[in-house]
Amino acid sequence: MNATYFSAAWAVAWRYLHNLYTKPAVLIPGLVFPLFFLAAFAGGLSAVGDAPGFDYYDFTAFQFCFVLIQASTLAGVFVGFSIAADFEQGMGRRMMLATSNRTAIVLGYALGAFLRLFLVWFIVTGVALLAGMKVAGDGYDLVGMYGLAVFANVAALLFSAGVALRFRSLQAGPLMQMPVFVALFLAPVYVPQDLLTGWIEPAARVNPFTALLNAGRSLLEGEPTGILLAYAVAAGMIVLMGFWAITGLRRAEVAG
Amino acid sequence: MAARSIARLVRQPAMVIPSVIFPLFLLAVNAGGLNAATELPGFPTDSYLTFAIGFTFIQAAIFSTMNAGQSLAQDIENGFFSRLLLTPMRQSALMAGQLAGLVILGQFQTLLYLAVGLAAGAEFEAGVAGYFVLAALVSLISIGFGGIGLIMAIRTGSGEAVQGMFPLLFVLLFFSSMTLPRNLIEQDWYRFLATVNPISYLIEAIRSLFIAGWDGEALALGFGISGLLAVLSISFAARSLKGRMLK
Repeated sequence: MNATYFSAAWAVAWRYLHNLYTKPAVLIPGLVFPLFFLAAFAGGLSAVGDAPGFDYYDFTAFQFCFVLIQASTLAGVFVGFSIAADFEQGMGRRMMLATSNRTAIVLGYALGAFLRLFLVWFIVTGVALLAGMKVAGDGYDLVGMYGLAVFANVAALLFSAGVALRFRSLQAGPLMQMPVFVALFLAPVYVPQDLLTGWIEPAARVNPFTALLNAGRSLLEGEPTGILLAYAVAAGMIVLMGFWAITGLRRAEVAG
Repeated sequence: MAARSIARLVRQPAMVIPSVIFPLFLLAVNAGGLNAATELPGFPTDSYLTFAIGFTFIQAAIFSTMNAGQSLAQDIENGFFSRLLLTPMRQSALMAGQLAGLVILGQFQTLLYLAVGLAAGAEFEAGVAGYFVLAALVSLISIGFGGIGLIMAIRTGSGEAVQGMFPLLFVLLFFSSMTLPRNLIEQDWYRFLATVNPISYLIEAIRSLFIAGWDGEALALGFGISGLLAVLSISFAARSLKGRMLK
């Protein structure tokens, strides 16, 4: 890895951000969906916060944490769409011809996604605060919570990149989106994990997003618990999905 | 046209399966995740599954909007629809034919969701006669939403544009009484949206068959709104079709 490598990565990131700026139809869904979920869950379900056993300090904050992780994860997934579209239009192949170490392409998309994430966070957090969300955690807790969101973003990005590089077509969009969507909703979305009943309770127990959500909510509450576990799980997801993305990249290289 | 519409659905499972499976997935998630809501004072039943299953039928109907629109848009894109318009076939027959597959799919979904719901422990207070009322209401709702899909397809002539409307319909679905009864929604703005949203009354009509048995007011509102939706959407679709023929 040298300056050329990072220059190539930055060029890919810049192109990705430029595309977002010039094509609002690509940017807006990623901003609107989290806000919609925040409004629908925090607004429509606030009475659930009064249910016996629901001991979180603020229902809007409880839902905000889910929406933050969801928005960060989906922001990663949307990068997969851009990669697939680039390959469909032939741009992906040109980028591969122009780069000696092709991991720079994935790194470039990751950088772009990370920068896009700031905009998503800014809007989602701003709306939640305007809606009256109370923040009980201190600055360190919040850094920890947003750090978890970054890890979720990177893991989702690597997953969707792996799918996109294997199929190199936008038709693989549902394969990128659906598993992530399902995994997110199999976590404790509406109520704390202790209040889940039926089949979803064991599903949530083994779902990696549960660890992220529980830790994120505890950080926002200012009573951190399960932080090491959450970061370890998230790091494990990144390693696994990194392998998935790299093998996808190798397949794309072989396909030419 | 009706036979073609039905055969098309049968031959394209990739188009049908998500619209059948996804509502069941959301039902399963909500039933497990929101069961604690039944502990709220005033909640109408002690089983969230019984409460939530009504929403499943409506969600499936909204998916059918996409199916109807997508099929018609495909016909428009490949020129088949233009050829149909040149035949002496009546426009109403064209519309009815496009929607026949959806009504059949709606009936299949009704049976499936009812069977899955009952097997999972939901109660259906309206009994056997209630099934026929449920089937009739689902058919009417499918026609109403299917008509919206046709309007979008005729006006845009693009499958991509029809797909693009899906999030809007999904938003309508969420800002309704789908997750809690309206009287238990705490936020005034949300309760207002749920009250003015006609989807709430469709959900509540189906829900009443599961929870109350026979609730005349809920059923009258449900049939009234879905009937009006069907008439309006088919009328607008026919009008859009005339406009398209003139072009």
